[in-house]
Amino acid sequence: MSLDADTIRRIATLARIRVAEDEVATLQGELNGILAWIEQLNAVDTDGIAPLTGAAHMALKMREDVVSDGNIRDKVLANAPERIGPDEAFFAVPKVVE
Amino acid sequence: MSALTDLTLAEAARLLAAKKVSATELTQAHVDAIEALASLNAFIVTTPERALADAKRADGRIAAGEAGPLEGIPLAIKDLFCTAGIQTTAASRILGGFVPPYESTVSANLWRDGAVCLGKTNLDEFAMGSSNTTSAYGNVVNPWKRRGDNRDLVPGGSSGGSAAAVAARLCLGATATDTGGSIRQPAAFTGTVGIKPTYGRCSRWGIVAFASSLDQAGPMARTVEDCAILLRSMAGHDPKDSTSADIAVPDFAAALGHGVKGLRIGVPKEYRLEGLSPEIAALWEQGIAWLKEAGCTIHEIGLPHAKYALPAYYIVAPAEASSNLARYDGVRFGLRVPGDSLDAQYEATRGEGFGAEVRRRIMIGTYVLSAGYYDAYYLKAQKVRALIARDFDVAWESVDAILTPATPNAAFAIGENQDDPVTMYLNDIFTVTANLAGLPGIAVPAGLDASGLPLGLQVIGRAFDEETVFRVGRAIEQAAGFTAMPQLRAGA
Amino acid sequence: MTYTLEGTTGTWEVVVGLEVHAQVISQSKLFSGAATAFGAEPNTQVSFVDAAFPGMLPVINGECVAQAVRTGLGLNAQINLESRFDRKNYFYADLPAGYQISQYQHPIVGTGVVTIDLADGTTKEIGITRLHLEQDAGKSLHDQHPTKSYIDLNRAGVALMEIVSEPDIRSPEEAGAYLTKLRQILRYLGTCDGNMEEGSMRADVNVSVRKAGEAYRTRCEVKNVNSIRFVMQAVEAEARRQIAVWEEGGEVAQETRLFDSARGTTRSMRSKEHAHDYRYFPDPDLLPLVLDAGWVESLKAKLPELPDAKAARFMRDYGLPAYDARVLVAEQATADFYEAVAIGRDAKLAANWMMGDFFAALNRTGRTIADSPVSAANLGKLIDLIADATINGRIAKEVFEAMVETGDDPTAIVDAKGLRQVTDTGAIDAAVAEVLARNADKVAEYRSGKDKLFGFFVGQVMKAMAGKGNPALVNDVLRKQLG
Ligand SMILES: [Mg+2]
Ligand SMILES: [Zn+2]
Repeated sequence: MSLDADTIRRIATLARIRVAEDEVATLQGELNGILAWIEQLNAVDTDGIAPLTGAAHMALKMREDVVSDGNIRDKVLANAPERIGPDEAFFAVPKVVE
Repeated sequence: MSALTDLTLAEAARLLAAKKVSATELTQAHVDAIEALASLNAFIVTTPERALADAKRADGRIAAGEAGPLEGIPLAIKDLFCTAGIQTTAASRILGGFVPPYESTVSANLWRDGAVCLGKTNLDEFAMGSSNTTSAYGNVVNPWKRRGDNRDLVPGGSSGGSAAAVAARLCLGATATDTGGSIRQPAAFTGTVGIKPTYGRCSRWGIVAFASSLDQAGPMARTVEDCAILLRSMAGHDPKDSTSADIAVPDFAAALGHGVKGLRIGVPKEYRLEGLSPEIAALWEQGIAWLKEAGCTIHEIGLPHAKYALPAYYIVAPAEASSNLARYDGVRFGLRVPGDSLDAQYEATRGEGFGAEVRRRIMIGTYVLSAGYYDAYYLKAQKVRALIARDFDVAWESVDAILTPATPNAAFAIGENQDDPVTMYLNDIFTVTANLAGLPGIAVPAGLDASGLPLGLQVIGRAFDEETVFRVGRAIEQAAGFTAMPQLRAGA
Repeated sequence: MTYTLEGTTGTWEVVVGLEVHAQVISQSKLFSGAATAFGAEPNTQVSFVDAAFPGMLPVINGECVAQAVRTGLGLNAQINLESRFDRKNYFYADLPAGYQISQYQHPIVGTGVVTIDLADGTTKEIGITRLHLEQDAGKSLHDQHPTKSYIDLNRAGVALMEIVSEPDIRSPEEAGAYLTKLRQILRYLGTCDGNMEEGSMRADVNVSVRKAGEAYRTRCEVKNVNSIRFVMQAVEAEARRQIAVWEEGGEVAQETRLFDSARGTTRSMRSKEHAHDYRYFPDPDLLPLVLDAGWVESLKAKLPELPDAKAARFMRDYGLPAYDARVLVAEQATADFYEAVAIGRDAKLAANWMMGDFFAALNRTGRTIADSPVSAANLGKLIDLIADATINGRIAKEVFEAMVETGDDPTAIVDAKGLRQVTDTGAIDAAVAEVLARNADKVAEYRSGKDKLFGFFVGQVMKAMAGKGNPALVNDVLRKQLG
C-alpha cells in the first residue's frame, strides 16, 4: 500500500499536525519507505493467532470508590497557556461553534 | 577530586556509610564535573542547589544512623520522568516550560531511599530515537571518540543523556526508559551497563508515555552491581499504575553472589543475521566462550519470529504514541501556538511543537489505526507480537537466559544513519524483542571495536527473573574485565 | 396501533434506536479519585489524571464496574465476564487526553431486553444491544465570550453507561415509554439518578423512515437530547424532515444533528462536519476487565425488586388492576409508601386513596413522596378509621385535608374535631324521625312510589347529624321508618 499526497494530508488532519505543502512530498517518501519495510510482516502466517495487546499478564485491579483526588484547581491550571473567566478558573480555547 | 567521580555506586555507598566521604563532597564533585563537561549536552536541566540540599540532608541522616539504601548517592534523571517543581520536557518543544506538580513513582522511590538529584538528562524527543539527535535541546555528545578521529559520536538513544552522563562520570547512576532498546542501545554505545526490567516491574506513573505497552523504566550505571542496587529502589508495585506487577522486589545485588554455574544459556540462531558485522559476531562468540568457562551450558535455540519484531514494533509503538501524544494540544500545559479556530490552534501547536521524527511516528501511528487499515497493520502486528512472545515461552523450556549482541554496531557519528528513518530503526534490532514480550534484558560492555569504541552484549531472561539476568551480566562483566574509559570524562 | 406518518407519496414508518448515556452513581470518577458531585466550582473536581497530564494513568473504580453489572442484570442482559477498554481517539477541547476511554469491541454487558408500557395498556419488548462503560467529557461554555470557549473539566472522567437499544422503537410514544422505563429501572437499581436536567441522562436518537416492508434506510443521529418530551418531539421532527427529503427526490445523508427545542426542529452539527475516524484500539494502560462469576452472582442476589416484577406482585398479592399497579410502581418511593399503607388493610382502598386524594394533595402542595405532609402510617390509620367505622368516607376526606395541612395523626384530628361517626341507633332514630316529620309532603310522595326521594332523606339525615351518621345505619333506619 502506498500513500498518496491526499492521504498524507488526511492523516495530518486526523493527527492535527500542520504540514506545509512543501513538506508533503518528503513525508510521503518517508512514510512510504517505512510502510514498505513494514510490509514484510505479510510473510508471517498469523491465522488463528490471538493478538497480544500488552506484555502484562494480569487482570485489572479495581480501586475503591472513594474521593481521594481533585480539589487542586490552582495546580491543574498552573501550567495553562491561557486561563479565563471568573477567578481565571477555566481553560480557554478559541470559540467553538457547534 | 576525580577519584570521587570514578567511584562505583556501591563503593561510594560503602564510603558514605563508613563516613569516609560525605554526601556533600561526593555531590559537589559531580556538580563540578557536570559543569566542566557541559559540552556533552547530557543534561537539559541541572539542579545543583537541589543536589547540595539533598546531600546535606543525606549527611544529616547518615550521621543520625537513618541512612536509606541510596543515601547521598548523586543520580541523574532522564527528562522523561516528571519531577515535582523541576521542568520536565521529554526533550520536546511542546512541553517547553512544563513544571509538573507531581513526582514520578520511580524517582520518588529513589528520593525516598536517600538519593541526590543532579538534574534532568537529555534524550531523543519523547524517547523516540536511537541517537539522541532528535532532542529539541540539541544532540548529546558521546564521551567516547574513535581512535584518531575527533568527530562527535552519538551516545545512542533515547536515553543518550543518561548514558553519556554515566559514562563521563557526571553521576553514579541514572534513570532511563526503554521502549525498543532505549536503555540497552545507549548503554552499549557508551560502555555502560543498563537493564530494562520486566514490563510491570517499575511503575510507569509519572513517566511521559511513549508507547504504554512497551515503555519500562530501568537504571543505567557503570557496573552490573550498581544497576542491581538502583533497580531494587526503583522497582515495586504501584497501585497508581494498573500494569504495575504486584510482585515482591528481590535483593538483586544479593543474587549476584550466586554465580552462573549450571545455568543454561540460549543462543538464538536467527540473530546470526546476514550482514552481521564480523566484530559483533566475534564479540558474541567471545561471550559464549566466557559463559561456558564460567560453568554455563550453551544451547542453540530458535526464535523464528524475532526478525519480524522490529517492523511489528514500528506499528505498535507509533500507534500507541499517536494516541498518547494527543494530549499535547496547547490547552492545559506546554506550548501553544495560537490559531483562529480550535483546530487551527491544534495543528499549529502540534506542527511546531513536535520535531520531525515525532511527527513522522504520530502520522504512521495514526495511519495504521485508521479505518480500513487497522486489521492489516495494528492487528497483524499484535498477532506477530503474540508469536514472538510464544517463541520465548518455548525457549524458556530449555534455557534460563538468552545471550545476544546488544547492537548491530558501535556508536556512529552525528549525522550518520540520518538519511533514512529505517536505517536508524535497525539499531534496535536485537533489543526490541524483549520489549514486545515484556522480558528483562541487560546490556553489558564486553569489548572494543577496531576503532576503540565500546560494544555490548545483551542477556534476556524470563519475566520477573532479573536475578538471573544480573547474574549472567555479572559473569560477562567479570570475564570481559572492561576497564576502558571514554576520552571525555570527569577529571580526564 | 401502528404509528405512521402520511407523506405525499404514501405512508411512512418511523424506525428509532436510542443510545442513552447514563451517569453512574459513584463517589469518584471512573479512572480517578476526583469527586463526581454536580454543581461544584469549575475545575475543582479535577485530578491530573482527568486533565490528562503527562505520565498520568487510569485506575478503574470497582463500584462503577459493579453499577454497570447491576444495570446489566436489571436489563435482563448478558454479563460479559471478560471485557476490555478501548481508546476512542478524537480531538476536542473538553476531551483532555485526545481520546475517550470506552468499550468498543468487548463491552461489559451484552444483549438484553426492556419491556415498555404503552398508553393503550399493551406492552412491547425493546431489545438492548449492549451496555458499556466509558468516560464523560468535560464541559465547554461557548456563550461566555465573543471569541473564546471556556473549558471546565469537572465532568471529565465521570463514569457513564452507554446503553444502546436495537432499532425496535416505532413511534415517539414508544421512544418516550422506553426512556421512562429505562429511567425507572436505573433509579430502582440506584445506578443512575436519571436526572435529565442535570445531564445525568442524555439520549442520542437514531431516526430513519421507510415505507412498509422496506429494509432500513439511512439514519441520522440526533445528539444529546435532554428530556423525554424533547426526544419524542425530535423523533417526529426528524422523521418528517427525512420524509420531505425523500419525497422531494433527495437522499438523506447519514449525519449527526442537533435538536432545537425552541423551534422543534433538528439541524446539522457544524462541528461534526468532517467524517470521524476514531481509530479505536485497546487502551494499553489498562488490562482486560475480568469479573468473577461469584461476584456477579452476589450482585444479582442483592438486586432490588424491579418495577415489572413489583407491578406483577401488586396485581397478584393486592388484587390491583394493571393500571393501578403500574402507577404505583413508577417510583420506588411511591411503591414503598403504597405497601406501607396497604399491608394488612384493604389494598384496593389504599390504592384509591393514594392515586386519588393523596397524589392530588402532593400535586397541589408541590411536594413529593419524600417530603409528603401525610406519612404512610397516618394514611394507613385513616383507612383503619374508615374500616372500623370510626368515620365514614365523607368525613375521611375532611380528615385527610386536615392531615395535609397539619401532618397530624388522623385519630387526633377526629377526636379534636369530634368527627366520630354516630352508630348509636337511638340518635339515628331521633334524627330520622325529625327529618320525616319536617318533610311530611316528601314522605307522602315517596310512599306513593317516588323512590328517588330516598337519597334526599339520606342527605337530610346526614346534614342533621353533621355528616357523622353511619351511612349504613342511616339507610337501615330510614327504610324501617319509611315503611
Ligand atoms: Mg452516540
Ligand atoms: Zn458514548
